[in-house]
Amino acid sequence: MANLMPKRRLENIGLGITGFCVALVALVVVTLIFMVAQQGLTTFFVDGLNPIDFFFGQNWIPEQERYGALPMIVGSFAVTLLSTVFALPVALGSAIFVVEVAPTFGRRVFQPFIELLVGIPSVVYGVLGLYVVNSLVKAIFGDAAPTGAGILSGSIVLAIMILPTITTLSMDALRAVPNQYREGSYALGCTRWQTTWHVVLKSATPSLMTAVILGMTRAFGETLAVQMVIGGVERSMPAGLLDPASTLTAALTAGLSNAVSGSVYYHALWSLGLILLAMSLVFILIIHLIGRKGAKANG
Amino acid sequence: MTDITNMAGAGEKGGSLLTTKDVTVTYDLTHEALHKTSLTFEKGQVTALIGPSGCGKSTFLRCLNLMNREIPKCSIGGEIFYHGRDINTPKENLFELRKSIGMVFQQPTPFRKSIRENILFAPKKHGRVRTKAEEDELVETSLRQAALWDEVKDKLRQSAHALSGGQQQRLCIARTLAMKPDVVLFDEPCSALDPISTFAIEETIRDIASTGICEIIVTHNMEQATRVSDRTAFFYVGDMVETGTTQQIFRNPRDQRLIDYLTGRFG
Amino acid sequence: MASEKIVASQGRSAELDAHVRRIDSQDKVATGVLTVIVGLVMLLVVAIIVYILARGAGRALAPGFLTNPYNNEELPGILYQLWDSFYMLIVTLVISVPISLGAAIFLVEYAPDNWVTSAAKTAIETLSSLPSIVVGMFGSLFFVVTLGWGISILAGACALTMFNIPILVRTIQQALEDVPRSQRDAALAMGLTRWETTINVLLPAAMPAIVTGIVLSAGRVFGEAAALIFTAGSAPARLNFANPFNFMSPTCPFNIFRPACSLAVYIWRLTSEPTAGSTEIVWGTATVLLACVLLFNLLARLLGKLLSRRLTAE
Repeated sequence: MANLMPKRRLENIGLGITGFCVALVALVVVTLIFMVAQQGLTTFFVDGLNPIDFFFGQNWIPEQERYGALPMIVGSFAVTLLSTVFALPVALGSAIFVVEVAPTFGRRVFQPFIELLVGIPSVVYGVLGLYVVNSLVKAIFGDAAPTGAGILSGSIVLAIMILPTITTLSMDALRAVPNQYREGSYALGCTRWQTTWHVVLKSATPSLMTAVILGMTRAFGETLAVQMVIGGVERSMPAGLLDPASTLTAALTAGLSNAVSGSVYYHALWSLGLILLAMSLVFILIIHLIGRKGAKANG
Repeated sequence: MTDITNMAGAGEKGGSLLTTKDVTVTYDLTHEALHKTSLTFEKGQVTALIGPSGCGKSTFLRCLNLMNREIPKCSIGGEIFYHGRDINTPKENLFELRKSIGMVFQQPTPFRKSIRENILFAPKKHGRVRTKAEEDELVETSLRQAALWDEVKDKLRQSAHALSGGQQQRLCIARTLAMKPDVVLFDEPCSALDPISTFAIEETIRDIASTGICEIIVTHNMEQATRVSDRTAFFYVGDMVETGTTQQIFRNPRDQRLIDYLTGRFG
Repeated sequence: MASEKIVASQGRSAELDAHVRRIDSQDKVATGVLTVIVGLVMLLVVAIIVYILARGAGRALAPGFLTNPYNNEELPGILYQLWDSFYMLIVTLVISVPISLGAAIFLVEYAPDNWVTSAAKTAIETLSSLPSIVVGMFGSLFFVVTLGWGISILAGACALTMFNIPILVRTIQQALEDVPRSQRDAALAMGLTRWETTINVLLPAAMPAIVTGIVLSAGRVFGEAAALIFTAGSAPARLNFANPFNFMSPTCPFNIFRPACSLAVYIWRLTSEPTAGSTEIVWGTATVLLACVLLFNLLARLLGKLLSRRLTAE
């Protein structure tokens, strides 16, 4: 009645099944990287687009066969940086409060609250942005922002979306600081703020930086929410934060359904995808570097 | 049942039940945590491994059922003879080996199952019990051997986690005995328990020895070693310094390090 | 001389007093600012949720909105999208849960310490940081064209699986690692294989955390849209619930080779191609979507609590 299969064979079967799952995932990722690279590089190697014209060209007008990706690259980086600037102080402030000042409140009340934000789907943020943030921006800036769509609105929406990411990761980072550090500082007569500022934040810096980078990764790759509020103008460089603009993800979403498979336009879109892929690899690399440096600093 | 009780006879004919020869343990490929250690264990005997923390006694214990193989980057050197056969080879069937060399850990580790299922879990997986009658009998004898039967016979279907710490530890002993081992390894089995539970466990250890099982117990507690063991081995910073009968080790220690340890200079 | 010394020390203590006052007030100001920030964040969360629910509740609760198809002339509803969302979610979970479970068990229990394992870990990490539109793009070429599945529920579910796997693997891995090491050692010391140990000891002990993780991930999959637009399509399907077992028919609700449009994709489509009255439908759908996601959240917590209580009490 019992399982009388020889143990070694059973162990090999277990190894085989689970190893297959991992291999499958790895294989799919490798296929993805290969396919995106292949399609994205076709633009340059087969269609003959000049990479310099592509990366630094300031106009993306497929009808005229002009494929300058700079407006989207600038748009992506602008919304990423700006949203991080908006979200970081709030996230860090909340994390400090709920870890250092009111830990019980943090665990019981604040954490479930902030996790609600993570759960809201990005299209819902997009709807909010489209109907609320854009109108607010329009109302505040008047003629300077005729539709309200633009980098500023996109950044505001993104800031709310990455707020929970940075906050929860910062909370984890602060909680990981050993309590002896705090007690040591209090024993020297330091106030809570001095302890937090000089001791806790300092020793948590690498993890906090990781939190910020992960937030930026999310902002950079966020698609629909941005696409719905930013205005979707790829033709030319945005003149300011209030001008309708576009990002790599937004341009892809809008373009991919119109592009004919195999055309130069189609390949150029894949090149945008390749940039996104490369950037997410860069973000991973940065996180690893921070991790290694942090490990070194802590001995 | 291809059983160990039959195999135990081999110990008498072919020398000792369990012998180690120049066993070393290396962590992370460079750090040698245990230097050449040679010891012999006989059936029906309780051997205590004593010494200050980090002396290598637990590391040594975990060689005897090759549990150190489960730690990455940990390698065991030397030879370990069990029933006259070297088990420290890559070919050794760990699963067969661990059926007959049981282990009880520092923290009680009952599974999240009923008391009955805790006992029957491994025998079932090894195909040792076939009928309900066999199961019932195995549960009762194992629990009786661990002196737990009277306390739990009415709640065999309840969660093992509802038991007290001492009862949980005795359940773990019963669970190990249900495998019908001829060697049982104890890794500081009482360090998480109160004095009364400790006493009960020590009695159980003596009782098990009287059935002919070889027991090896790592302990921090020197009094415990004198109470339960026939032989004692003293470890210090990765070396097995001195071994002998328990009386001899505590009454006539020879090595200065052992004398210092016994008189409380360190440890 | 002596009096001079006293004066000097008094001066120093006055200085010290001032310093103490300064750092004290600094401490109070900092705490005050932090309190305000936290208050504002919580206000923001409440405001967002209440605003969406209030704005769309009228439409969402209107009779027929949940049960009418999108092309109903009196009151266009979201029946098909609702069905497609749940159906696609189930297909996704059926694919992604076993794979994630296997991968997590491998990483926790078997993973040899070599480059193969670290490559696999890097691959999963890469997957987790990929923008979902890139996953969608890849799916539109690989699942839809290369594998020849066409724009379909299956292709969409596979894209969602790629999006879901890193999240699931991480939570399952965490749950397994949180089971005390001693449980695992005890089972191995009885001559059991890692496989038996994992299936019989570790997984039951980790089950509450795993179930919570799966339901939470279901909430995220439910709201994902970017990966679906080019894999499962964005045009609302026409379903025929009267004949559900004609599996190859494009109107069969269970056919995994037909295009589908989830709630999230429907919202996106209505905002990018607005029609008369679509704003109200958008808000109504957003409310339903948000309510579903919040329910998943709640369900995850309740299930987790229930399971762990049953485990400890049995």
